Amino acid sequence: MTATPASRVPPAPEVLRAPLTVEFPFTRSLGPVQSAFLTGLRERTVLGVRTTGGRVLVPPVEYDPENAEELRELVEVGTAGTVTTWAWNPEPRRGQPLATPFAWVLVRLDGADTALLHALDAPGPDAVRTGMRVRVRWAAERAGAITDIACFERCEDRGQREPTPATSGTERRAAAEPRLHSGEFDDPVTGIVAPARLDYTYTPGRAQTRFINALAERRTTGERCPSCRKVYVPPRGACPTCGIATSEQVEVGPRGTVTTFCIVNIKAKNLDIDVPYVYAHIALDGAGLALHGRIGGIPYDQVRMGLRVEPVWTEDGRHPDHYRPTGEPDADYDTYKELL
Amino acid sequence: MRDVAIVAFSQTDHVRGSEEISEVEMLMPVLHDVLGRTGLRTGDIGFTCSGSSDYLAGRAFSFTMALDGVGAWPPIAESHVETDGAWALYEAWVELLTGEADTALVYAWGKSSPGSVRDVLTRQLDPYYLAPLWPDSVALAALQAQALVDAGETDEPALAAIAARSRTDAADNPHAQLRGARAQGDYVVRPLRTGDCPPVGDGAAAVVLAAGDRARELCDRPAWIRGMDHRIEPHSLGVRDLTDSPSTRLAAEGAGAFERPVDTAELHAPFTSQEVVLRKALRLGGSVRINASGGALAANPVMAAGLIRIGEAAAAVHRGASDRALAHATSGPCLQQNLVAVLEGEPHAR
Ligand SMILES: [Zn+2]
Repeated sequence: MTATPASRVPPAPEVLRAPLTVEFPFTRSLGPVQSAFLTGLRERTVLGVRTTGGRVLVPPVEYDPENAEELRELVEVGTAGTVTTWAWNPEPRRGQPLATPFAWVLVRLDGADTALLHALDAPGPDAVRTGMRVRVRWAAERAGAITDIACFERCEDRGQREPTPATSGTERRAAAEPRLHSGEFDDPVTGIVAPARLDYTYTPGRAQTRFINALAERRTTGERCPSCRKVYVPPRGACPTCGIATSEQVEVGPRGTVTTFCIVNIKAKNLDIDVPYVYAHIALDGAGLALHGRIGGIPYDQVRMGLRVEPVWTEDGRHPDHYRPTGEPDADYDTYKELL
Repeated sequence: MRDVAIVAFSQTDHVRGSEEISEVEMLMPVLHDVLGRTGLRTGDIGFTCSGSSDYLAGRAFSFTMALDGVGAWPPIAESHVETDGAWALYEAWVELLTGEADTALVYAWGKSSPGSVRDVLTRQLDPYYLAPLWPDSVALAALQAQALVDAGETDEPALAAIAARSRTDAADNPHAQLRGARAQGDYVVRPLRTGDCPPVGDGAAAVVLAAGDRARELCDRPAWIRGMDHRIEPHSLGVRDLTDSPSTRLAAEGAGAFERPVDTAELHAPFTSQEVVLRKALRLGGSVRINASGGALAANPVMAAGLIRIGEAAAAVHRGASDRALAHATSGPCLQQNLVAVLEGEPHAR
């Protein structure tokens, strides 16, 4: 291993950062039990499922969590129930059911043996306690989703003795016996779209920051592995062969050799490039592996392995827009065969 | 069945933010350190397994980038789990038990700083009934804490004492993010205060496993894995008794934890209230030294914190501070999934 001249080890660059949003609508199909439950919510009806042991699970599932038996016997339960535990949320976060401070609650609806998680609208934590009676507040517009329950709200249904958490299932069901339900509704909901959005601040790390900073000066840099001497472009900070850090900066190119290529015949969305065009692996001079780039300035059917190319930058481009032929003779196969 | 031991452990200093470095840049010093402790080179490792999450990184297949740090060429036997690295260790342990390999490298990392980990963790919830409500990790832990308070199993002063003990112990842990006692602070989600919650941070950890005589060659006092098991609770929180953790108890039984007392326990309890549940499930008495490292309340790099519990327990055996240690790792809301390992040192080597 040769010593790295100190002048070639760059100082730690300033951290680059950019917002990164990952957003996707997750489309999911529903089985018969979930379909009935979510359609029921749209119709202001809460369904549970009865296990072979006689317990009523709300929200319902298709298989018994205790013995994995298939569950299909749907029952209708009450829209009021009892808080089994709670937590006061002083600062609601994006996407949560209420925008004002609220309590997260697990609610055992009348007739159910298990609890449903949702939000409780309450003026403050002093107004919430385990064992309190609450009822569903329906969303004004319902589509067949858990959010069709806008939240729970306090209720004073004094006609019914307030059950404590310790009250047995048998006692509670005497007060609110769940009724068998076919689970059939007009226009059943068969799927949900669950939108998800997460926001990040992306920072590329030392190696890629140095690479991006050099590109801003229209230079392409790689990093050399101190052990195997291979030059990685773009560098990621490590040699995947040796598993050690790469830190020696090496300027590569600007010219390079097409090592292999393909002809693209499908126009990409939001991309203003006429088809067919050529996308190639280009081994920049001095680089230990090839990077990707588009080839321009030559008819697509004249691009070939060994073609010598150079980058073309556009006015405000942060990376080469494409590569074009230099006019040099083609590179000899032996000079790039290791980089294929 | 052959004996398998943890022969080396290494971790980063855990920090609130590590924006100047990428995942592989954070990981590489840990990988080099853990190999350096055994004298092994990357090419000597028989099996490699890692744990992490794309949702923390915000990028698909993010683990492939980190793989650059292990020297994956020529091709290695490698695997990845999309959860805490403790489960990667379980996979590696099984691989070594089968005789397919004699050594294994296990590593895990989490960078929570680029995103909001409370929001990120909502995406691991049931997508039909829970995820659309965005209940965050603190909210769900707070529901469990209130259930414990209602059941008379703890109260706010007792939770504050757990926080204080953990962070006081962490003062001796140079890798911990929160070192030394601090104020409990305001409610984040009542009844949990800032002090009851783990710090959000970035970090990585790695261990080396070896089988039989190979372990004895690589380590003066290997931490022999006497048993390891992992179990899961029903998915729906409303089906569970949140004051108990039957899955932890079952995993502990499977790992042989109840056969003889342990002297040391490293529990993966990101929230103070979860330590109450775990102590009960694991039947840990007052004589057991719990989370001498400070535990997840002092440093909680998500996806690595469970592996660190096993690493810390192993390190206690390595240095002769423990003869029989229990390590626990968790994943999911309110201790949904739990792994228990029992580690022992050979008495004559002390
Ligand atoms: Zn190398």
